[in-house]
Amino acid sequence: MTAPLDVSGSAAEAHPESVLAGAGKAIQGRSLTRIAWMRLRRDKVALAGGGVVVLLILVAIFSTPIIAAFGHPPLEFHQDQIDPATLLPKGSFGGMSAEYLLGVEPVNGRDIFSRIVAGAWISLLIGFLATVVSVIIGTVLGVIAGYFGGWVDQVIGRLMDVFLAFPLLVFAIALAGVIPDQGFGLEGNGLRIAMLIFIIGFFSWPSIGRIVRGQTLSLREREFVDAAKSLGARHGYIIFREVLPNLMAPILVYATLLIPTNILFEASLSFLGVGINPPTPTWGGMLSEAVRFYTLPHFVIFPGLAIFITVLAFNLFGDGLRDAFDPRAH
Amino acid sequence: MLTYIIRRLIGAFAMLVVISMVTFGIFYVVPQWAGATPEAMASRYVGRAATPETVHLVAERLGFYDPVVVQYGNFVKGIFAGAQYDYGAGVEHCPAPCFGYSFITGQPVWPDLLDRLPVTFSLAIGAAIIWVIAGVSVGVLSALRRGSFFDRLTMGTALAGVSLPIFFTGMISLVVFSYGLGWTPPGGAWTDFSANPAEWAYNLLLPWITLAFLFAATYARLTRAGMLETMGEDYIRTARAKGLRERQVVVKHGLRATLTPILTLFGIDFGLLIGGAILTETTYTLPGLGQYAILAIRTQDMPQVMGVVLVAAMFVVVASLIVDLLYAVVDPRVRLS
Repeated sequence: MTAPLDVSGSAAEAHPESVLAGAGKAIQGRSLTRIAWMRLRRDKVALAGGGVVVLLILVAIFSTPIIAAFGHPPLEFHQDQIDPATLLPKGSFGGMSAEYLLGVEPVNGRDIFSRIVAGAWISLLIGFLATVVSVIIGTVLGVIAGYFGGWVDQVIGRLMDVFLAFPLLVFAIALAGVIPDQGFGLEGNGLRIAMLIFIIGFFSWPSIGRIVRGQTLSLREREFVDAAKSLGARHGYIIFREVLPNLMAPILVYATLLIPTNILFEASLSFLGVGINPPTPTWGGMLSEAVRFYTLPHFVIFPGLAIFITVLAFNLFGDGLRDAFDPRAH
Repeated sequence: MLTYIIRRLIGAFAMLVVISMVTFGIFYVVPQWAGATPEAMASRYVGRAATPETVHLVAERLGFYDPVVVQYGNFVKGIFAGAQYDYGAGVEHCPAPCFGYSFITGQPVWPDLLDRLPVTFSLAIGAAIIWVIAGVSVGVLSALRRGSFFDRLTMGTALAGVSLPIFFTGMISLVVFSYGLGWTPPGGAWTDFSANPAEWAYNLLLPWITLAFLFAATYARLTRAGMLETMGEDYIRTARAKGLRERQVVVKHGLRATLTPILTLFGIDFGLLIGGAILTETTYTLPGLGQYAILAIRTQDMPQVMGVVLVAAMFVVVASLIVDLLYAVVDPRVRLS
């Protein structure tokens, strides 16, 4: 989607100060990370995105006390809030009130606010851990392909092509559809969460893998790798001590941009009914229940907005991070 | 050129082999790793009331006791040559593209798939046309007027577009345009193209736009970035210096160079498009492959799910093959080497 990141551009390394013309008084040596951090601090949009991300993480971590303070347990039915004749919420605006901040669900009257707060936890957990899985697979295979080249590169490159052309959602649906009720010492939604993390991570590694491979290819030819080689360093040492540290920035950037994709992936699976099983609240699952109630916009809008805001915040922050690390962006 | 085409054809074929193996693995091998016995798999075909003897017999007839390689061989053979099912009282012949029989209805899967293919195909093609035209033209215009109000507005919309789940935009547009304003038909409306082309397009308009919006956003962002880079190149300055009209400079020199990476993305996106089509069909309750897949998964009807997965995968492979061949037309480096 975007041009591969080149944090090792010779221009940035030769004149890091020129990028920041007029920023500091005395000219001093700055690391790439410091330059990136200074740029990021000036990028208001990215900072706002980052702020929302932090807020969302806090909400997810403290979901239990937040629900206790402002709502009702997410699985609790409130039939007294429902009109028995229509099965719709009694109050106006979907039953929104001081007690039910975002209204109640039709039919069983569950608190929408609590369910959205509780859903944040699953969305972020799966988004983060699935990204960790794809970063691990992508980095290992990308570094191996880029560093060793030759037929290894050919094989891994073809594998990435195959994965990129796969109808991922179709396969993920099929896989998620055959998850058994128990296995690997887990059961129910615990097992489903673990499996979804693995499935989503497994299907989204090639994007990171391609970036890492390209970066490794160019790093391999650099002088410091030659220097290490001529000092008799082994492959393992060069990969871990010389190549990998230089890959941290692009990996960080693309991992940040992969998280929202994975969150959308989980929401899609839950929307289609092959993700997390109800009644555990997920944003995608709430939307799929809302399909039957088009007359109740609030039931559609709040979970949808939750997904939108989360994904947008990660995208804004990731874009800002990429620009901050990219010497050509300014 | 010829070697390029042959290599792509071999690649597409290899891809189909891999996909058939993965699909087979998901449905026949993974359940066994997870602890399902051949009897447990066979019991799906005969219902819960069957005696253990019947289940054992069915498992044997369906070949669930055979080694995995033999089972895979029979599976592939069924697709190319058809299969015979011996159900005791007689032999049922399942003609050439045999994807097995549904657990629930007992009907062969392939004719069902053929029925539903036109819906998904219409949805995908229409959306693809809209998103490429809209995405590329918006991207070019914002690049040419960088920093203008139009640029900021469309790029803001595009960023929102990539962050919006397709089922959310779909539901909101249904609420607004169909149930609120009454401009578009309600969800589930579908007319065959051969029956009434105008109604076909009218019914699909909202699903098309919904599906295209997500992709158009990505393409607009990519086109804009590509155009900004290209328009700064020396040969653009040269073209202008020659006195070419601006229109010619932009379209023939600028856009031409930007299109190649976009075409690459287009080839890759067919995989995502099928996923998007499934979500769109579910949102608009269109009777396509995606809806079929979801119903099949809810009823745990594995032969149906497997059929959809394979057909969708084939669609993706064929589509990316076509894009690869188009690539040779657009990019002279591919054509001449």
